[in-house]
Amino acid sequence: MTSTTVKRHHGLVRLAHWLNAVFLLGMIASGLQIYVAYSHFGLRDRPLALPNPLDGAAIPEWARLGGWLAGGLNWHFALAWPFVITGLVYVGFLALSGQWRSLLFRPRDLGPAVQMQLYYLRLRQDHPPQGKHNALQKSAYTFIVGLGAIAALSGFAIYRPVQLGWLTTLLGGYELARYWHFVTVWLFVAFTLLHVALVFLVDPSSMRAIITGWYRGRFPSHD
Amino acid sequence: MTDRPVGLTRRDLLRLGLVAAPASLAACGWTGGPLLEPKLRAFSRINDWLGEKVLLSPARLAKQHPLSARTDPANFPAYSIAFNRTRKFPAPDVPASWTLQVGGLVRKPLRLTREVIETLPRVTYTVKHYCVEGWTAIATWAGVPLSAIAAMVEPTADARYLRFDSFDAGYYNGWDLKSAMHPQTILAYGFNDRRLMMSHGAPLRLYSPIKLGYKLTKYLTGMTFTRERPGGYWEDQGYPWFGGV
Repeated sequence: MTSTTVKRHHGLVRLAHWLNAVFLLGMIASGLQIYVAYSHFGLRDRPLALPNPLDGAAIPEWARLGGWLAGGLNWHFALAWPFVITGLVYVGFLALSGQWRSLLFRPRDLGPAVQMQLYYLRLRQDHPPQGKHNALQKSAYTFIVGLGAIAALSGFAIYRPVQLGWLTTLLGGYELARYWHFVTVWLFVAFTLLHVALVFLVDPSSMRAIITGWYRGRFPSHD
Repeated sequence: MTDRPVGLTRRDLLRLGLVAAPASLAACGWTGGPLLEPKLRAFSRINDWLGEKVLLSPARLAKQHPLSARTDPANFPAYSIAFNRTRKFPAPDVPASWTLQVGGLVRKPLRLTREVIETLPRVTYTVKHYCVEGWTAIATWAGVPLSAIAAMVEPTADARYLRFDSFDAGYYNGWDLKSAMHPQTILAYGFNDRRLMMSHGAPLRLYSPIKLGYKLTKYLTGMTFTRERPGGYWEDQGYPWFGGV
């Protein structure tokens, strides 16, 4: 283990990360409160022919925020703005600082991503060389920012299906947009579980880095 | 893999806990409590403002659907406060003498009978209905544009809102004038080519494809132009006031 300590995350990135974690948790919990008011997709007499294992499901109370539909709506529409603003500040910072280079998954990361996958599958012995993040991490962090954008856009599409009709149409109409909005929830949940599991399984030092900004672990390279 | 010390200090765990504790506390069907709930409602006023001033375009019309897209009327939920309590749809005390009273900050207050209302300009459209719960349904509505009634009563310059009253157990609503004057906002007396049924708010109800269902007061008795923002049956209990779509 190396003893090199490197500055890894800018204060703004760390702040955005943790604010986002809280806002996203609130958005999901209040969103589930809203979902239970009508736990189906499609027009009243024309259900969408798309899979929904939670059709008609009673979401447990511990997973909901708001107490009742109005409470869920008020939480959701209040948290939506800081959630969107945090996302925009984060992406804006990455774009302006040039730090997007170590996070954005590009075509040239495809080969290294396959090598990382082989390593995780124990089909390759040594850890492939990497910069600040490996190619699989880049794919995950690119995916999650895109998912955030889709969650926000599909949210606006069902918030104002008439006034923002162009956006709603782009997503296939109100009923489909509401479905995509719900799908993003489970992708966020799956991502978060994997994200946290990998932190502890692969590189626990990264937890300290996202809190204090300083990284002292196996992958000190900073590209 | 070799054993590595876990890269977390006790202080780090403490900091993580500071973030996680309030977050996990929040997710328990919590309205926000006496401290936060009023703040959430206050924030909702900002969304009301955005809804009216930024998101609502008076010229943008809701899409019309073909008659074949209509939802089977049996699947179009009908609901009323009185019905929820008594299993009986409300009816005017003396149905034959029902009138709509239009007043408040207007130059020429009016009392309109259904016969007179049905001679006024008629708008018919087949549109999608959006319920705050998340369901949608399509139906044809026919009625008089609210703007036509407003032109008859001549609201004064200080009129900023409209209050709609009903004979449904005190149900009422407040609207911004911009939404009320939208060309698709009507006082409806027709539903799917027929006379409006009792279950959908007969003899006259408010309808507009630019608002959520709970803003569309059924069983109308009156319409009042006001300076102060009226509340509403559900809005007073915490539902967003603007309720636009």
